[in-house]
Amino acid sequence: MTKEILLGDEAVALGAVHAGLTAGYSYPGTPASEIMEYLIRAARTAGTFVAAWSVNEKTAFEEALGVSFAGRRALVSMKHVGLNVAADPFMSAALTGVGGGFVVVVADDPSMHSSQNEQDSRFYAQFAQIPCFEPADHQEAYDMTREAFDLSERMNIPVMLRLVTRLSHSRAGVETGEARPQNGLKYGDRQCWTLLPMNARAQFKRVLELQPELVKISEGSRFNTLELNAADRSLGVIASGIAHNYVLENVREGAKKPSVLKVATYPIPEALVRKLVAHVDTVLVAEEGFPLIERSLKGLFGIPGKTLIGKLSGHIPPAGELSPESVRAALGMKPLERQAPSEFKPAGRPPQLCLGCPHADTFKALNKALEGFTKSNVFSDIGCYTLGYFPPYNAINTCVCMGASVGMAKGAAEAGVFPAVAVIGDSTFGHSGITALLSAAASHTNMIAIVLDNCTVAMTGGQPTFASGDRLLKIIEGVGVPKDHIRVITPLPKFHEQNVRIMKEEIEHSGLSVIVAARECLEETRKKNKRE
Amino acid sequence: MTTNRKQDIILAGVGGQGILSIAFVIDSAALKEGYNIKQAEVHGMAQRGGAVQSHLRLSKDRIYSDLIPRGEADLILSVEPLEALRYLDFLRPGGKLITSSAPFINIPDYPDRETLIEQVRRVPGSVVIDSEALAKEAGTSKAQNTVMLGAAAKDLVVSQDGLREFIRVLFAPRGEKILESNLKAFELGRRAAL
Repeated sequence: MTKEILLGDEAVALGAVHAGLTAGYSYPGTPASEIMEYLIRAARTAGTFVAAWSVNEKTAFEEALGVSFAGRRALVSMKHVGLNVAADPFMSAALTGVGGGFVVVVADDPSMHSSQNEQDSRFYAQFAQIPCFEPADHQEAYDMTREAFDLSERMNIPVMLRLVTRLSHSRAGVETGEARPQNGLKYGDRQCWTLLPMNARAQFKRVLELQPELVKISEGSRFNTLELNAADRSLGVIASGIAHNYVLENVREGAKKPSVLKVATYPIPEALVRKLVAHVDTVLVAEEGFPLIERSLKGLFGIPGKTLIGKLSGHIPPAGELSPESVRAALGMKPLERQAPSEFKPAGRPPQLCLGCPHADTFKALNKALEGFTKSNVFSDIGCYTLGYFPPYNAINTCVCMGASVGMAKGAAEAGVFPAVAVIGDSTFGHSGITALLSAAASHTNMIAIVLDNCTVAMTGGQPTFASGDRLLKIIEGVGVPKDHIRVITPLPKFHEQNVRIMKEEIEHSGLSVIVAARECLEETRKKNKRE
Repeated sequence: MTTNRKQDIILAGVGGQGILSIAFVIDSAALKEGYNIKQAEVHGMAQRGGAVQSHLRLSKDRIYSDLIPRGEADLILSVEPLEALRYLDFLRPGGKLITSSAPFINIPDYPDRETLIEQVRRVPGSVVIDSEALAKEAGTSKAQNTVMLGAAAKDLVVSQDGLREFIRVLFAPRGEKILESNLKAFELGRRAAL
């Protein structure tokens, strides 16, 4: 055994490699990006498996599913909202079952450090009725990934591994084991994999019948631990994932130790929960994300004769991530003594566009071109350019999900908004903007889509983009945007006047226009220069 | 070098100032000297010029939380004076604040420099280092993070030789000149804090 310092994300990636991974796919998204970053680096050295970025999470999921169909082990990783994009194949993959072990790694971002919403992916696992592992630390992230592949193959079902930001982006030592060889090629059974109603009904029945067995497996998992305090039956804590760390952090030196059940696997290990609940008067449920365990304990009627506390009771804040302090308060412990805070309130320092960023020049030109119009007509998207929301730009009015800008601009134009402008990055356009632009082209919508082509996925650290440069222009033309109204500008201060003029011309044009603002991200240029 | 079994450190700065490089050096030295480590970082959006921090936990015993509980930090090491004040409630009574005096001004409401430094000095046991001047003296203004690492060296549980070793590991691939500047930056920071 060797010990390595790894990010939580990297521990998962290495666990997958050692589990005999044949291929992994992903789309960049914080906090999941480092899984694929690691796999790509590892593949470059080892050269025995495939590790690749995909155009979006749905595609990544389907590519991985194809690997599993072929009898070989596959991983797909994404951030929580990525699973919304991949939800279609995700729900049906539970029915097809798997060939080779198939692990879906989803990293949730409670507190929305780098996201547009909070979600708890354990609900997706419950929804699809597939097993889910929730590691509490790096060692578990590694070990559970390996075990998830085995379980997936043994039970013939995809398995989810659920991460959260604090584990994904924390480093610690991990002891690793021997690598297992890859599976050989073995084709899937067409009756299982062709979800025609007649086949799908049989497959769904199989998933339903599997559930009692999955609960039993969860109950027997070595990752779930139950420690009952025979001397004090007042409080019991059910803590899942990293919430367990916060509980132990607080009670490690405390005189009064509650009974603690650590839940690390799903479906909920029911027998263990019953044992804990029977042992204590008050049950505190601490879980990162939404109250999944707490809600199932509460049901409609609560637990007769017991007090149940957690997020639903308000003992733990329902929004945002847990902290050692919020769990401490729920445990009924006094806050630690700490340095008196200064009365001085430091000014906030939000993230912002880099000095000289091409997006800044595009926004300056756009603001100028839109002078005289209402300012509420710029629909934006997910990327560095979302920072155009802040002063001095104040350039955008929406950011909802990947690709929403183009569809929303079309809808707004059809509702009477003029001029309707969509602002979308090249990678986001490739991810989810193309279909919306096809729709706008087919409808001859009077709107402008500005594609900010900076040749990279910048916000997540500079991953490759698929819809950039010449290919981007061909796609735009290919979906049916009139060639005369595909304009390319270079967002640089020296072209400001010219760029404003082009934007104004396209605003005046009655119909669909696309302006491509093409200039490479400064970070990428810097990285390239460093390499040379 | 201090000799405790555990040490909790908040590293503070602005995205791009190199606090993860400091963390790497301390972590690697700590691991070599038999400590367990956990290091929570900020990736993604905030790295674009926003406030960033890293929770660095070193202990001979098992470490549970990835985040340092408020009231447990032994040290706040900041590469920027405004950021130094952002995490004060993490500091335990008697904890130490070591910060650079060089402001990184990328917000319109950045406070007056004198007022800011005065606020820092009000924190009991705070140490203020002119990392900008010392980094320039060492040969590159980019080495301010290494200056601050040097300034904290005597207060860390890891040995100074351990720190030097991993400064070499980190900067050797970037060329002899950059490595030499960083080793010098470390020494200048170390001496400034004596």
